[in-house]
Amino acid sequence: MLDFGDKGALWNRPAGRSFDFGWQVFRTGESSIAAFILRRVALSLVTLVLLSLMVFFGGQVLPGNVGRAILGPFAEESAVQALNHSLGLDRPYLVQYWDWISNFVQGDMGTSYVFRSPVAPFVLDALVNSLKLAAVAFIIVVPIGILGGVVAALNVNRPLDRIISLSGLTATVLPEFVTGIVLILIFGIWLKWLPIAAAWPEGAGFWVQLYHLILPSMPLFLVLFGYIARMARAGMIEALESDYTRTAVLKGLPWHTVIRRHVLRNALTPTITVIATQAGYLIGGLVVVETLFRYQGIGSLIFTAARGKDFPVLEAGILIIGIVFATATLIADITYSLLNPRIRLGAER
Amino acid sequence: MSAADITPGRERGRLAELLAALGRSRTFLAGAVILLFWIFCALFGEFFTPYDPLADDIINSLMPPSAEHWFGTDQLGRDVFSRVIVGARDILTVAPLATLIATIFGTALGLVTGYFRGIVDDVVSRVLEAFMAMPVVIIALLAIVALGTSTFTVVSVIGLSFSPIIARTVRSAVLSERELDYVAAARLRRENALHIMFVEILPNVLPPILVEATVRLGYAIFAVATLSFMGFGIQPPSPDWGLSVSANYGMIGGGFWWTVLFDALAIASLVIGVNLVADGVQGALDD
Amino acid sequence: MTDALVLDHLDVAYHARGRDRAVLRDVSFRIGEGEAYGLVGESGCGKSTAALAAVRYLPRNGSVTGGRIAIAGEDVTTLGRDALRRLRARTVSMVYQDPGKALNPTLRVGRQIAEIFELAGASAGDARARASGMLKRVRISDPARVMQRYAHELSGGMQQRVAIAMALAKDPALLILDEPTTGLDATVEAEVLDLIAELRREFRTSILFISHNLAVVAKMCDRVGVLYAGMLVEEGPTQALFRDPRHPYTVALLRCLPRAGEHKGQNRLDTIPGSLPLPGAIITGCPFAERCALADDCCRRELPALIDLAGRFSRCHYHTRAGELPRQTPAEVRSLAHRTAPEPVLRIDNLNKTFRSRDHNLRAVADLSLTIEVGETLGLVGESGSGKTTFAKLLLGLLPPDAGGSISFDARTLPPLLDERTDEEVKAMQIVFQNPDSALNRAHSIRHVIGRALKQLAGLSGEALKARLRDLIRSVKLSERHLSAKPRQLSGGLKQRVAIARAFAGEPRLVVCDEPTSALDVSVQAAILNLLADLQAEKQVSYVFISHDLGVVRYLADKIAVLYLGRIMELGSSGRVFSGPHHPYTEALLSAVPKLDGASRARIKLEGEIPSASNPPSGCVFHTRCPRKLGPICETQEPPLAEAEPGHALRCHIPLANLAKLQGISMHQHSETVVLPTRHGRP
Repeated sequence: MLDFGDKGALWNRPAGRSFDFGWQVFRTGESSIAAFILRRVALSLVTLVLLSLMVFFGGQVLPGNVGRAILGPFAEESAVQALNHSLGLDRPYLVQYWDWISNFVQGDMGTSYVFRSPVAPFVLDALVNSLKLAAVAFIIVVPIGILGGVVAALNVNRPLDRIISLSGLTATVLPEFVTGIVLILIFGIWLKWLPIAAAWPEGAGFWVQLYHLILPSMPLFLVLFGYIARMARAGMIEALESDYTRTAVLKGLPWHTVIRRHVLRNALTPTITVIATQAGYLIGGLVVVETLFRYQGIGSLIFTAARGKDFPVLEAGILIIGIVFATATLIADITYSLLNPRIRLGAER
Repeated sequence: MSAADITPGRERGRLAELLAALGRSRTFLAGAVILLFWIFCALFGEFFTPYDPLADDIINSLMPPSAEHWFGTDQLGRDVFSRVIVGARDILTVAPLATLIATIFGTALGLVTGYFRGIVDDVVSRVLEAFMAMPVVIIALLAIVALGTSTFTVVSVIGLSFSPIIARTVRSAVLSERELDYVAAARLRRENALHIMFVEILPNVLPPILVEATVRLGYAIFAVATLSFMGFGIQPPSPDWGLSVSANYGMIGGGFWWTVLFDALAIASLVIGVNLVADGVQGALDD
Repeated sequence: MTDALVLDHLDVAYHARGRDRAVLRDVSFRIGEGEAYGLVGESGCGKSTAALAAVRYLPRNGSVTGGRIAIAGEDVTTLGRDALRRLRARTVSMVYQDPGKALNPTLRVGRQIAEIFELAGASAGDARARASGMLKRVRISDPARVMQRYAHELSGGMQQRVAIAMALAKDPALLILDEPTTGLDATVEAEVLDLIAELRREFRTSILFISHNLAVVAKMCDRVGVLYAGMLVEEGPTQALFRDPRHPYTVALLRCLPRAGEHKGQNRLDTIPGSLPLPGAIITGCPFAERCALADDCCRRELPALIDLAGRFSRCHYHTRAGELPRQTPAEVRSLAHRTAPEPVLRIDNLNKTFRSRDHNLRAVADLSLTIEVGETLGLVGESGSGKTTFAKLLLGLLPPDAGGSISFDARTLPPLLDERTDEEVKAMQIVFQNPDSALNRAHSIRHVIGRALKQLAGLSGEALKARLRDLIRSVKLSERHLSAKPRQLSGGLKQRVAIARAFAGEPRLVVCDEPTSALDVSVQAAILNLLADLQAEKQVSYVFISHDLGVVRYLADKIAVLYLGRIMELGSSGRVFSGPHHPYTEALLSAVPKLDGASRARIKLEGEIPSASNPPSGCVFHTRCPRKLGPICETQEPPLAEAEPGHALRCHIPLANLAKLQGISMHQHSETVVLPTRHGRP
């Protein structure tokens, strides 16, 4: 996965506007959950528009002369101009952007420079494949990651905690192509337990597909495991040291009730946000994994397009990843607000 | 009043205290040993490698590990051990430079947005958020494809794309600092905004910046290695590890595991080393 | 009969930076059945550690290193896991500071109480019914509604009631209260304390009451123990201990508190020299010897035993002479002729501040007008949300006021914002903040902090700056050794001196003191108050002194403004405001303050919660809680702030003479030294 680190979703939590009034902070938060969601959706849209501008800038403004880039340095100038004209690249940028984005919204993602055919079918097929791979990784990693973090926190500073924390840290920071290579060598080449190519035979059923996806999902699992375990551990430790946990313990409740009823929910609410955020990153992290395992997903599509300077495909792929990410973050924020009464009912005090 | 009213044991400077805490941190020491090892190899490795890392020897290509070639040879017959030893040279230039750019830009951006808030902050924050809605490698990929691959491009693209993340860390630290009364006190003695940002606030947000910068260095190595693996980072004929894996991984089905395994492990050790250092720094500052 | 709690030669240590640091040393006391025992002490004396050790909830690095703790006859230190849980489920409860954090934020309040009854074997429905009944018993009038709430939806006072309900639900033999009202507003604190006193009779529970506030302990407890540096230095029946203390520390502590009627114009407060020992400091001999004027070599060498004095104890070699402890600060006031000026230094007319957001308008300061004379102290009193701090920020130009009002300084109108004011205007008005940790930049040395202020405000540099710096630190009683230190190396009191030096760097005409001693311990507070009074006498500076502590305000202020929801409810000379007749709100505030003599007296009870300033009541903003409410006029018409007698203005529909009658005060009898009215009868 290619996460460079957004632990930040938590920091910027839209907890309702508050302002300083002496020492007292008055909350003027959302009057209802609907207003909150509406505001959150609007914010996501703004983010996506900005992202599309960046993608457009990177794909159509930055390269300068696209025709020259495609045809190479030895082509006739007139041929370059003709190509640029036929691609509509000699029009003002604003017109080009509007054209591109309005078509995109309607499902027309442009025409591939390389294949000379519409981009949309490629991208959407690839997206479905990628989501399958991501789902496998996700379903494995979420429970294991949370469990790891919870177990580490309950044994904080003991050997078990150190083992989990250190292996989590290590797994998270290793590039996928590194773990991928090692995993292929061990499980694919030496032990021969698992296929090293993710692509399954035509018409394969669910279990065969799953079998092919296990090895490619492992590098993603490793990266996410550390993240989720770390968040869960931090959340657990904070909750365990809180005054309300002390209250619960001093009530004389059995330890497992304290953990289940008082600690877990408070501890894991922030983790849920991180998990959903990571879902978006996971899609992005597929570029390397899909290339390494020769899997026809959106990541390998982007990679091929980048190699071939096929800007329409590149732009569409990146924007699609952005949309998936924005959706995941949106869902995370809404889930968080539903789980946390302080946001849900912010204004009622 | 007695002489005891200045708390003893705290008279050492913050830096001395930090170094002492780092010296006690096993995590930090382990990471530092790994990191220093690779820095040493990058600087002086060429003096003790058994073979020239760049010299082809087609007759001896794809030899498995042996007494002559400890890590075997690659498809051009180059000695893998020699290449691994000096393979950190480029990544250890590119990644720290990118981190430096990111730290300087990000700190300035974070100070300004956090201190002034208002419309500037709203606009910049929104742009940064859009920016961070994407995995950085993909953004970098787009920019590098558009601009053409070169070391300069890689350094500046990774530097610029990491700066929002550092800016965010700095901004959130500044947001809580600016509410402290010493900032109001500075305004009440007519300090200008630059003085308040750089003389009053900056020294107090250095610890989170230091942590973020070391963490970022780890990710910069991650990013450069990944880009090199994809062919958009460090370019041949460098003995760079990511590049070597990229050139050879197609052959692992044929059993030539030594052409990629040692490079992969080298990357792993470097990334882990840097992150152990980062973890140690964070722990020492939390003390 | 078993004692509810016995501590027997208890030692507790925290392991930090490589070694064990003792925080409790040889502490022994017992609490009998139905008895309320108070444990008082300043910060770091180990009082909370004692509570946590008793319920065996010490932090991970803390451990009992010696002695024994028994609750209702069971030895807590040796109990097995299940036995400990049963003890906590049946026998002992604890309530602590900051109830907002003590309640689980994601569970409804009702659920959190009901689970206690479920633990005791009740069915779900039964548990809910009993939870509701428990809320009724802590005087919550609408239990069904409160059960459905989350903690953050309740006010601080309500949260603490819920916490108390939870603590009493198991009908414990021992209830531990650790600073249960610290952080609550005065009127709310009084209500919670009354509630605890009543419930104590109902439940016949033994109480360990921990507080830094001597008067609160005096009000609540039968016996008191005084902790200093982890040691019990004195113990005895409340009345006897406070009337006739037998340990120099207790004697000195009581002398640091301004007494009713004391005023800066007449005498200075006594102080305790030096500072509190750090937790875990290694101590040989008597822990208080270093700060004690009676101490001799014997005290420094030999730790005195806890000496039995017929029903009370003192850990002092010279307990018979404790009462003769010499003053550390002479009582005489350096009185300089009060120069009178024709113009007030500050005149505020019709100042307003409204915070606007999308769906609320919050009027933090409303129609505020007052004047401050040269060399005068205005005391600003009010509970949270009263607009005290907003007012300070408006004055200093840190916040823009609403259009319309004006602030004039030396008869010149001040621009509303700091950046628009001239250098002269800025340096004439400075501030001492509440919390020196926030007010001093922790990255800079003391020399830099004060030196920079001298450079910017006094325009000094080079040798002139150095000379002035030396004078300045001497005038706040710091020495040159302190200059190279960083703020965190200094104690709270020293830090506050640095902040005062900084405020005085530019020879200000007016200094805003925003609760300057509320973060400090009692033994340090007196020295800071003396310093402020001395500086004022010397430099004829005026103060705006913001505080919630009426005793402190009474000592320092010449004129008092009582704020409620951003409005001045009463304004007048200190003597008039304290002697009455009072505004009903002032009356309630005064009666809410517990007195050291511990005498219980009828209290003016306020109904309900402090309303939100974003949605203030119609008419008189105080009518929702006013015990003297006249009738519909109070609900519909806001009374003006009108001068009821010369130099005394009230915002109330009730005529002054009627207020006097209601409050049992005969008019025209005020003098500065009138003792606080002690009887408040309802008509």
